[in-house]
Amino acid sequence: MAGLPSGAYETATLEPLQGKKPLIKLTTRPPNYETPLSYFTSGITPNDAFFVRYHLSTIPRVDAANWKLDVGGEGTATPYMLSFNQLQTDFEQVEIAAVCQCAGNRRGLSDPHVPGVQWGPGAMGNAVWHGPRLKDVLARAGLQRDVVEIVVDGADGAPLTGTPDFVKCIPLTKALEDSTIIAHRMNGDALPHYNGFPARLILPGWTGTYWMKHLTSIRAATKPYDGFWMRGAYRIPNNMFPVVQRFLSQETDVNTPITEIMVNSLIAAPTEGQRFQMGQMIDVQGVAWDGGYGITRVDVSADGAATWRPATLGPDGGRFAFRTWSYRFAADSRGNRRIMARASNRIGQSQVDALIFNPAGYHNNVSRPTTIVIA
Amino acid sequence: MRQPYVLAAIFLTVAAGVAAQEKPIPLKDAPGRATAENLCSGCHSLDYIRINAPFMNRQTWTAEVNKMVQAFGAPIQMNDANAIIDYLAVNYGPPQ
Repeated sequence: MAGLPSGAYETATLEPLQGKKPLIKLTTRPPNYETPLSYFTSGITPNDAFFVRYHLSTIPRVDAANWKLDVGGEGTATPYMLSFNQLQTDFEQVEIAAVCQCAGNRRGLSDPHVPGVQWGPGAMGNAVWHGPRLKDVLARAGLQRDVVEIVVDGADGAPLTGTPDFVKCIPLTKALEDSTIIAHRMNGDALPHYNGFPARLILPGWTGTYWMKHLTSIRAATKPYDGFWMRGAYRIPNNMFPVVQRFLSQETDVNTPITEIMVNSLIAAPTEGQRFQMGQMIDVQGVAWDGGYGITRVDVSADGAATWRPATLGPDGGRFAFRTWSYRFAADSRGNRRIMARASNRIGQSQVDALIFNPAGYHNNVSRPTTIVIA
Repeated sequence: MRQPYVLAAIFLTVAAGVAAQEKPIPLKDAPGRATAENLCSGCHSLDYIRINAPFMNRQTWTAEVNKMVQAFGAPIQMNDANAIIDYLAVNYGPPQ
């Protein structure tokens, strides 16, 4: 992937992590591993190739038999503890395909570069998630009328007591959406350890930062939560991006929490520098996704953005899922060809032509060229 | 989830144990290397430094080290922090 900091090329190599196929290792402790591009010709990302992202390095192996989920907080009348078995049997179980994309996906491609994990485009994946709705789990605790946010915590922590625990909150309105679930299954199997076993929060349409892994507590708060990972991280400047679902109780005069995923696409095939013969048919394949409005079209340029043609969209896996697409053309002139894709969604948003720079490198949905060689 | 409080001395021993199981990530051999390796690797692997180079400069490395101390509670004394900043700025900053 062209465009990363040169230091990332020296250290980011394909490495195995327990239970995973070789992934692109950005950092080992805490583990941050990216899914290689080749997996994105498929609309479903396999569990053993799904990217891994942690902030803090103490990651306990959770025993599902002893796991308890603490559901309560000042905004509940009847707080309670939930076992893994109860999570699977006490509530209606639903299934939803949704893209989990790290807020910092493509940070490494920011120009100029910004500090952080230098992700390429593979800090994302699409899976079918299975479990109860968060709103049903909350309802049993007797939600009070003055609740503003739901605060979630997971089992992972830091080696030092002075490090802020990774805790996130979500607006009550988002918590009560039908699509917000607590997943205990992923693509038909248990969640991999490194993707949040035994259960994680699924917030379709919103960036991965809220998708708390190894969930241990869900608390209804009557005041905005002010922890470091809400107030000091994962923020974007106000009015910079076309965000529909804002997080008003966490907004300041200058910035706001990152929320929705921006409309985007990826070319998974052909690969950078791939060679073709004159006359050969070239199949361009990839995925497109957005914050849940639904992909309506993907346009492909095979001549470096001079002309665009509509790609053929694959099956609709739901408005939060990857939409596969393909475009076929004949290799009809020798030399380098820049192939680009541009996705659009149901509310009229399209990928941008130029980076909207921001200090944390979020929301990079620039159409990026893949250059092939026709000989 | 909160972990029990760990004294700095024990913490460094534990960290060395964790680091021992890791594939070693060598940093450039220059003055300050040992300080950077010992104090940074307590909480994270050293590839965090390598991937963020060479675009970071003295100013951004200073901000990063200060963040580790002030926001993340790293038990790093001022003189060690300055040594780490010097090491990073010289060895993992823009070419001189």
